[in-house]
Amino acid sequence: MFRYLLGKLAVLIPTFFGITIVAFGFVRVLPGDPIMLMAGERGLTPERHAQLMAQYGFDRPLWQQYLSYLGDLFQGDLGTSLVTHRPVAEDFLTFFPATMELGLCAMILAVCIGLPLGVLAAVKRGSWFEQISMSAALVGYSMPIFWWGLLMIILFSGTLGWTPVSGRISLMYYFPQVTGFMLIDSLLSGQAGAFRSAVLHLILPSVVLATIPAAVIARQSRSAMLEVLSEDFVRTAKAKGLGPALVVGRHALRNALIPVVTVIGLQVGSLMAGAILTETIFSWPGIGKWIVDSISKRDYPVVQGGLLVIAAVVMIVNLIVDLLYAVINPRIRHG
Amino acid sequence: MADPATLAPAAEPERGTTRDALRAFWADFRRNRGAVIGLAVIALLVLVALLAPLLAPHDPTQQFRDALLMPPAWKPEGQGAYLLGTDALGRDILSRLIFGARYSLLIGLMVVTIALTGGITIGVISGYFGGWVDTVIMRIMDVILAFPSLLLALVLVAILGPGLTNAMVAIALVLQPHFARLARASVMNEKTREYVVAARIAGASNLRLMLRTILPNCLAPLIVQGTLSFSTAILDAAALGFLGLGAQPPTPEWGTMLADAREFILRAPWVVTFPGLAILTTVLAINLCGDGLRDALDPRLKRG
Repeated sequence: MFRYLLGKLAVLIPTFFGITIVAFGFVRVLPGDPIMLMAGERGLTPERHAQLMAQYGFDRPLWQQYLSYLGDLFQGDLGTSLVTHRPVAEDFLTFFPATMELGLCAMILAVCIGLPLGVLAAVKRGSWFEQISMSAALVGYSMPIFWWGLLMIILFSGTLGWTPVSGRISLMYYFPQVTGFMLIDSLLSGQAGAFRSAVLHLILPSVVLATIPAAVIARQSRSAMLEVLSEDFVRTAKAKGLGPALVVGRHALRNALIPVVTVIGLQVGSLMAGAILTETIFSWPGIGKWIVDSISKRDYPVVQGGLLVIAAVVMIVNLIVDLLYAVINPRIRHG
Repeated sequence: MADPATLAPAAEPERGTTRDALRAFWADFRRNRGAVIGLAVIALLVLVALLAPLLAPHDPTQQFRDALLMPPAWKPEGQGAYLLGTDALGRDILSRLIFGARYSLLIGLMVVTIALTGGITIGVISGYFGGWVDTVIMRIMDVILAFPSLLLALVLVAILGPGLTNAMVAIALVLQPHFARLARASVMNEKTREYVVAARIAGASNLRLMLRTILPNCLAPLIVQGTLSFSTAILDAAALGFLGLGAQPPTPEWGTMLADAREFILRAPWVVTFPGLAILTTVLAINLCGDGLRDALDPRLKRG
């Protein structure tokens, strides 16, 4: 197991440095130098420009700049926003819990919908249930979620008036952030109706963000299940006279879950991509919206920092999934 | 399970000519009802795109100032002249959708062509030579894959500047590692086979071995990935358009149309509904086809 972890790290560490090079390079390949970008429309005299270039170290060779960038990075310094003048790392920590809450809810929803759908479709092979659920999965898989989100707003917020259109909680409620998770904080606040408001705000974005992962999980768990069901040990279990529920539940499902866990892990990256769109549509104050806003405001240090941290988060989550995978599948860690 | 009689032709594909292989492929593909429907929809879309100037009732950018936010024709306030209604600037939505088909198909085609060419070149070199070349190339691909694709495309467009061409380049760059990895894996799988060794002994050059001997035997997974990437490209380009970074107004690109329509969603839902429906239909048709292709081309996944 330890050797397996070392092997994974041997690939991940160079990749991480690659990511830092991309993030470092990003600001440098933009037209204009970093000082001009910071000055923006105001413009600078050549003397002031040269002075600032020296002050920020942009006149040094590129490799020296990169090394000092790495040095800052390892001290947790991601630079300073040009717009809010706050440290990028601090801003990230402000917005991250919102994305985390949304992403976790979407993932739980996706697994709760996708897994039973896929497993049942495999068990009831050739039935109308398989037809309908797999057609639905294909539609979900092909969904432009930014449009799907708008449709949900039209139906549930506009026509039915059930849910609010944007944000995380109604402005009526104010309470201190303890965990950063609105669902938990609203409960802790003890204010009547706060939790309900948080749930209502969370429902639509979670459903929208869960759509594609749920479809992918349903398709994958169906094919994994089909493969397992055709194997000898399942036939043996059936031959022993076990009922279908026991065959599926005790023998087949455990083995079918192994590839499904990987797929769930792989969804983390696409969940982040989905969060960019979902948060924009629902004005959800998370890192996806933060990045999109920063791009439109040309706040490049934020884009640079956000790019790096998001890639790092996805990488770490994937590592955890790989390790989990090894735990449930001994063939991998000894292979 | 399939009976041995139906498995036999798939097990020995080398025997037949190209025409036989194509016929066998078509027979497999045709059995998948969804795939055939998907193919028909795509054919229809191509026709619509080609004949757009003939089919569209109006110019897609012409603004009818006396018909702003006109509902579809079947609503009481609608007019027959604007079948699917008009947008906030009085432009006919149906005409914009018809011309939009051109953009979406163009985006898919361009992105897949760039990503496929680049990915195959990189992947074949990587898999064929192995060693440090392979290590360096694959580490670079890992770095690209470490970023969520839409995020990286977004940042690339921020560097290159918003616009349809830059969006296509960015998406192609982000999708390319998938092709490179597939091509590499199949090349590594094929290069130790006897027929490659035989060709090498017969004096074939590296280039000939790579392109003429090995590559044609690696195409099946690449074609399937190409189809899937076609739909990803259309979705991502529409997403970039929606975020204001793809095709710029007044281009009738479907994602850009949705971005324009966002502020009117509660007042004029039809402005939002139809462009999204067009994206969904197109992507769904391509994915249906992709599933059919995969089942027909990859004997291991063949249905029983």
